[in-house]
Amino acid sequence: MSSRHRVAAASSGSPLAGRIGGAIVVLVILAALFAPWIAPRDPQRQILERRLETPSLEHPLGLDELGRDIASRLLYGARVSLGVGLAVVGFAGLLGTLIGALAGFVGGRLDTIAMRITDVFFAFPGILLAIAMVAVLGPALEHLVFALVTIGWVGYARLVRGQVLQIREQEFVASARSVGVPPARILVRHVLPNVLPALTVQASLGMAGAILAEASLSFLGLGIQPPTPSWGAMINAGRSHLLDAPHLTLFPGLAILVTVMGLNFLGDALVELLDPRRQRGGDGGRATP
Amino acid sequence: MTSYSLRRLGQALPVVFLVSTLVFSLIHLIPGDPVEMMLGDGAQPAEVEALRERLGLDRPMGEQYASYMIGLVRGDLGRSLHFDRPVTELLLEHYPATLELALAAMLVALGVSLPLGILAALRRDRALDHTSRFFSLLGVSIPNFWLGPVLILVFAIQLDLFPVSGRSGLASLVLPAITLGTALAGLLTRMVRTSLAEELDRAYLTTARAKGLSRARALVRHALKNALVPVVTVVGLQFGALLTGAIITETIFSWPGLGRLIIQAIRLRDYPLVQGGVLLIALTYVLLNLVTDLVYATLDPRIRYE
Repeated sequence: MSSRHRVAAASSGSPLAGRIGGAIVVLVILAALFAPWIAPRDPQRQILERRLETPSLEHPLGLDELGRDIASRLLYGARVSLGVGLAVVGFAGLLGTLIGALAGFVGGRLDTIAMRITDVFFAFPGILLAIAMVAVLGPALEHLVFALVTIGWVGYARLVRGQVLQIREQEFVASARSVGVPPARILVRHVLPNVLPALTVQASLGMAGAILAEASLSFLGLGIQPPTPSWGAMINAGRSHLLDAPHLTLFPGLAILVTVMGLNFLGDALVELLDPRRQRGGDGGRATP
Repeated sequence: MTSYSLRRLGQALPVVFLVSTLVFSLIHLIPGDPVEMMLGDGAQPAEVEALRERLGLDRPMGEQYASYMIGLVRGDLGRSLHFDRPVTELLLEHYPATLELALAAMLVALGVSLPLGILAALRRDRALDHTSRFFSLLGVSIPNFWLGPVLILVFAIQLDLFPVSGRSGLASLVLPAITLGTALAGLLTRMVRTSLAEELDRAYLTTARAKGLSRARALVRHALKNALVPVVTVVGLQFGALLTGAIITETIFSWPGLGRLIIQAIRLRDYPLVQGGVLLIALTYVLLNLVTDLVYATLDPRIRYE
C-alpha cells in the first residue's frame, strides 16, 4: 500500500481525528526521545531462563525469545522507526524538492529529463526496488535509508514541480521579476515558501510510508540487524513463537499500527488544513516513503 | 483510439528498456566482488573464476549488457545458481500462484470496498460514513506482515478454520488473500465513497430524478457508472502493487509464488534469480499500467484527445 494512496484514502478528515493523530505522534516522539529514561529495563539484557514469559507486573509486555523486556525494546524500537522515517523523509524531501523546483522553475530540457527519470521510477514498484537494492548492497541501516530515499524522492519531485509550475505563473512572481529580482532569489524567497503546505502533507504521509517500509524490510531480514530493536524485526522473530508466545508478535505490530494510524490521521487533517486542493487524491501512484 | 494506443505503447517501450537496464545494473551495485559475495567466505579462487566466467562477469561491461539484453528478448534470463535450472523456467513455474493470490486479494478488496464505499456515500456524514472512514484508515495503516500472523493465530490455530500455510485448495487461499487485500480494501473504500459522493452532487442526477427516474435507477445507471471510472484506474494500477505486496504475504504463508522465490533467492545469494524475479514483476507492472491507461481511455474518451 502506498502512502500516496493514503492521501487519497485520507481525504476530508475530521479535526478530532487530526488531533488524536497528532497526540499519538507526539507520544511516539516523546517515547523515542526519552527511551533511555522511561524504559523499565535494558533492551539488550537477556534473562534466558525466563524467555517467552507472558506479560506481568514486572514486565508489562512480557519477555521475548531471548528473555529481553519487550516494553523496553518497543521504546527503543521507536527510535529506529522514527529515526529511519525522519532520515528518509528528510533526504528524499530535500532531493525531490531540489530536483522538482529546478525542473519546474527552469523548465525546458532540464524539466523533460527530470520528468522522464521520474517516469521510470514510477513504472517500477517502489518497495520491490528497495528490496532488490538492500538485497544486493547487504542489510544495514544506511543501505535501508539509501534504498528508501532512492524510491522516495520521486514523489516529492513530482509534487514540487507541479506546485512550482502553478506558482511561477502567479502575479507576485511576475512583479518580482519585473523589478529585477534574480531568478534564484525568486525561487527561494517567493516560490518555495508557497510549496511548503503541500510538502508538509506529503512529509507527514511519507513518514507513515517510510515507517511501514522500514518495518517490512526488517521483517524480511533486510533492514535493521539484531540485536538493535526494530518493530519489524521483532514481529519476524516472534513469528516462530506464534503458538506458544503470541505476545511477541502482537505488541510490536500494535506499535506500528498505532504510529502509522496516528501519522495518517494527522496527514489527513493536514490535507484539509493546508492543502485543500489535494483532497481528491488518488492519482493511482505508488509507494513514496 | 488506435493512435492513442500506439502513442501510449510508444511511451511504454522506453520505460521497459530503462527498467531492464536498471535491473541489469543491480548486480553491479554489489559492493566489492559480486562473485565472491555469491560464493561466500572460504570460496576457492578457482571456483570464483569459474563462476565469474559462467555469469559472464569477466567480459567487458558493454558486452555483458548486450548479451543480457539479447537474452531478455529471447526470454533467456540465465541460470539459477542454487537450483541449477533456467531462471525463466523457475519464474514461470511460480508465477501462476502469485497471480492467483493477487486476483483473490483484489476480489477481497472489491468485495469490501464497493458496498461499503457506496453506502458511505449515500449516508454522507452519518455514523456509517464515519465508521467506514475509520475502517478504511485502519486498513491502510495495518502492516500486512502483522495482519498475516494474527489471522493465522486466530483463524488457523485457534479456530482451526483454515490451513496455516501452503497452497492446497481454496481454503488455503482465504487468509493470504485477506492479508494482501486489506490495505487495498481500505484505499478503495475511500475512493469509491469520494468519487460517488461527488457524482451525487451533480446536476445531471437532479435532472434524471426530475424526469421520473427512481433513486436506485439514477444511482446505478448514472452516478455509479461515472463514479467507478477513476476507481477502475486505481484497481488496475494497484494490481501491480499487489504483486509486490505478495512478496511479504507469500513469505508469511509459505505460498509457493514469485515473491517467496525472490526472498529465497536473496537469502541464497542467487543473484541471477533475484534479477529475473524483480524484472518479471517490474515488467508485469509496466504492462498493467499500459493496459489500465488503455481501459481508462476507452471509458473516458476525453483522455484520448488530451
